[in-house]
Amino acid sequence: MRSRPFLKIWLSSDPQLLGVVRGALEHLAGTLGLCPSECRSVVLAVDEALANIMRHAYHGRLDKPIELSCRRVYRKISAARDPGLEIVLVDRGAPAKREKMRSRPLDQVRPGGLGLHFIKQSMDIVEYKRVGSANQLRLVKFANPKAQGQGA
Amino acid sequence: MQISARRSEATTIFDITGPIDLASSPQVRKLLLSEFREAHTRRVVLNLTAVKYIDSSGVASLVEGLKASRDVGSRFILFGLSPAAREVLQLSRLVKIFEIYDDEQQALAS
Repeated sequence: MRSRPFLKIWLSSDPQLLGVVRGALEHLAGTLGLCPSECRSVVLAVDEALANIMRHAYHGRLDKPIELSCRRVYRKISAARDPGLEIVLVDRGAPAKREKMRSRPLDQVRPGGLGLHFIKQSMDIVEYKRVGSANQLRLVKFANPKAQGQGA
Repeated sequence: MQISARRSEATTIFDITGPIDLASSPQVRKLLLSEFREAHTRRVVLNLTAVKYIDSSGVASLVEGLKASRDVGSRFILFGLSPAAREVLQLSRLVKIFEIYDDEQQALAS
């Protein structure tokens, strides 16, 4: 059975709130045992995902609802269990376009299109689905025991 | 985010404080494009020592600044990248296209 979220944040789709969420998540990821580099990965992925919701799902409107839920998860590898953090983002904006959900080639020097690439590179699991009239994005990052003590 | 400018002959140094993210990157983009296209500054240096976070929109603003500098034959230099900012540029594989130095002294001596 899935555990209940231990942290939920409801925010409006205002980019000024991104810094607040980044601060909260960095502390949270560290508390759950992720190393500094992994914490930065979580912060980057969630920030980019929220920015995508604000820009593409809500088209820049500042007053639309976004729900962020955090759960503690574990990855069992042999006898050991790696702790991790699952973040689910839910919005009620326009559905994501499948053709836009591919990372663009990075051999071109041009602005834009990097957010999804950052999300995929930063997280261990990235899953998107449309549930009724809502977009749901699930992001998971596990602690890597080999990374502990690195990336300060 | 706050930006202050130090100007001398052909060089402008912008000292940026705070994150460059979706909320603030339009300001950085506008500033850089204006500095290259309207002020025609020969060398623009960005002090990122007090920038602890850059997202993809921030990277896009820097790329636009770099392109504008190339269009007018100017130089665009960055220094003082935090670990987070450096990681983001590395993830984008754009770290090699920018002129990046550790500190202001190296940036100005380049």
